Amino acid sequence: MSEKLETMTPELKAFIEEWKAKPGNLIMVLHQVQQTYGYIPRNIALEISELLSVPLAKIYGVVTFYNFFKLQKAGKYIVQVCLGTACYLRGGDDIIKEFEKQLGVGVNATTPDGLFSVEAVRCLGCCGLAPVAVVNGEVHGKLDKGMVAGIIEKYRKLG
Amino acid sequence: MAYQSYVLVCGGTACCSGGGDRIVEEFKRQLKEQNLDETVQVVATGCLGFCEQGPIVKILPQGTFYVQVKAEDVKEIIAEHLVKGRVVQRLCYDPEQAKKLVAEANIPFYQKQYRIVLRNCGVIDPEKIEDYIARDGYKAIEKVLFEMTPEQVVDEMLKSGLRGRGGAGFPTGMKWKFAQQQPKGQKYMVCNADEGDPGAYMDRSTLEGDPHSVLEAMIIAGYAIGATKGFIYIRAEYPLAIHRLQVAIKQATELGLLGKDILGSGFDFEIELRFGAGAFVCGEETALLQSIEGLRGMPRPRPPFPAVKGLWGRPTVINNIETLANIPVIINKGAEWFSKIGTATTKGTKVFALTGKVNNSGLIEVPMGTTLREIIFDIGGGIRGGHQFKAAQTGGPSGGIIPPQFLDTPIDYESLAKIGSIMGSGGLIVMDETDCVVDIAKFYLDFTVDESCGKCAPCRIGGRKLLNYLNKIAEGRGTEQDIVDMQQICDAMNKASLCGLGQTASNPVRSTLRYFMDEYLEHIKDKKCRSGKCSKLVAYKIDPAKCKGCTMCARKCPAGAITGTVKQLHVIDRAKCVKCGACEATCKFGAISHG
Repeated sequence: MSEKLETMTPELKAFIEEWKAKPGNLIMVLHQVQQTYGYIPRNIALEISELLSVPLAKIYGVVTFYNFFKLQKAGKYIVQVCLGTACYLRGGDDIIKEFEKQLGVGVNATTPDGLFSVEAVRCLGCCGLAPVAVVNGEVHGKLDKGMVAGIIEKYRKLG
Repeated sequence: MAYQSYVLVCGGTACCSGGGDRIVEEFKRQLKEQNLDETVQVVATGCLGFCEQGPIVKILPQGTFYVQVKAEDVKEIIAEHLVKGRVVQRLCYDPEQAKKLVAEANIPFYQKQYRIVLRNCGVIDPEKIEDYIARDGYKAIEKVLFEMTPEQVVDEMLKSGLRGRGGAGFPTGMKWKFAQQQPKGQKYMVCNADEGDPGAYMDRSTLEGDPHSVLEAMIIAGYAIGATKGFIYIRAEYPLAIHRLQVAIKQATELGLLGKDILGSGFDFEIELRFGAGAFVCGEETALLQSIEGLRGMPRPRPPFPAVKGLWGRPTVINNIETLANIPVIINKGAEWFSKIGTATTKGTKVFALTGKVNNSGLIEVPMGTTLREIIFDIGGGIRGGHQFKAAQTGGPSGGIIPPQFLDTPIDYESLAKIGSIMGSGGLIVMDETDCVVDIAKFYLDFTVDESCGKCAPCRIGGRKLLNYLNKIAEGRGTEQDIVDMQQICDAMNKASLCGLGQTASNPVRSTLRYFMDEYLEHIKDKKCRSGKCSKLVAYKIDPAKCKGCTMCARKCPAGAITGTVKQLHVIDRAKCVKCGACEATCKFGAISHG
């Protein structure tokens, strides 16, 4: 496997030090790892296993249980299309299909240029703006299919 | 110098996304340029509730309520309203383009509401503890710590009749009493802010708009049960709420309202945040505790209940955000005052996230006993686009569908259970005749199958089987026997599942079968979906009287299913049709329809 090895940042190390003694720290540490790298790299998981004295199998057990943690690096722009009930009723399903069609990738996949990932999420909590998609934290509300191309173009231009 | 006017800009997620944060910056910048920043204060508040019309700006003391404000409008609001005192009419809420409703109190959306939980949302700056204190904040702690014994606090909660707002409606005072009666030693107070129902955002808005009320309530609960440590388990998907909580904890600690020896009373209490990681089942209390312990969030059998054996085996009370936000008010105003609001069995108010096919979606709070009709038609302004009301859904994936004949049911725990739904945490989703009940049941089952932790067989296998049947019916392959089988699976899941998720996962199927059996039978016998949502059952046809033979549809069809030559009638080959709808969208003469 030719997976890229990540190096542990000093901030992450300090965070682990701070949390090491607290009971139930694993999930909080994993959050910090994902915030640092955008996913949970295998070699970092190994290091954490040693630092916290938790078996690697248990770490993977937790990582795969929770939707929030990812084992693969996502694209530069993560398109999260809300499929909460309100968005679903107002056509969120069509929006995600349009993103998939225009980007040529399915849900939870990344475009070959590494620029976009598409994700389906459950309720972003701004149902008043339904249907909604969020790209790297920026909310695009009251969408229709015709607006999808413009959103993709906007981020593609930013590169 | 005192401020003469206040500009309140909604800082809830929906308004922020709509440009609310830019509006705050614009106000601050322009007021400063015009040397008005000493007479006008700009406040970014919590959610004002009226998300449909956001971003919202409210000007005090007049109470003028501007909707759908853009950063470009700031200049005009300052020049006209704040300088000349003239209301900017074009930005006022104007539902019928007829009469101008200027103040919030005149907007129907707000008239039937009664705010206890959301008392401070949209009124204070959630990042300033002084704002909270000015509105009787942390007064309840003083009363509890210096004038009441823990037993008296529990007694007061019992008397108030407050029941858990997370969905099940267990009396809060009872929960506290169980934990209080456990032998002394380490106990924990946990706040459940893992709001996972799709279409529900009440708790997030409360945290974003009034984080201190939750902290205050946790301290009171800690004192009552004898816990010195509290955890708030919050979704990682709520960054703004997390930020505001962190700010609030820091401020409260600095003022000696949290930490060692609170206000010199000798009582210690500290609060730590723990992040969820996107697992719906973690809203179930035993699963939530597992997750705080850093494990896979899988529920365990009860008893023992968490109040006896909870976090790390110690007595633990778990309350949800909305339940907690009620508590300081109950302490301040008294149990008797609180128990006068609501119905015989359910006291107080309920916050709903009103969404779906309703004109005014948003965050609302109404007294218990308000009817669905009042909520959907008076507050919500009726159904969008002149459509017909078909059903309301409460309780998310664990809840049921409520058909029109029950619109006048006064809402409380018992009445909703009687008609086959649940109160749930407060998602209220409105559907119209263009929604298909089979599709809705499929949507919820898809969710619960995805979120089932897999520990117990009834939920893991039963959910999957139900979803398979629903898919079969939606694709026109269903039989009447399927319905009998589904009902059996529903019963088995309800009786035999380990936790609340599995026990209630079949509710969307049960309630749609109960009230919309005719639609299921239509799918099965007539192979027809009246709303057109089940795409496999849709048939497209060309009206010979309207078709001009322009060939547009035949050229658009990706499957080559349409035949016909120029100026001749075109025909759709149903065997080839993939039901994409491209032909209908492209026809300029309205000759193509589906049904």
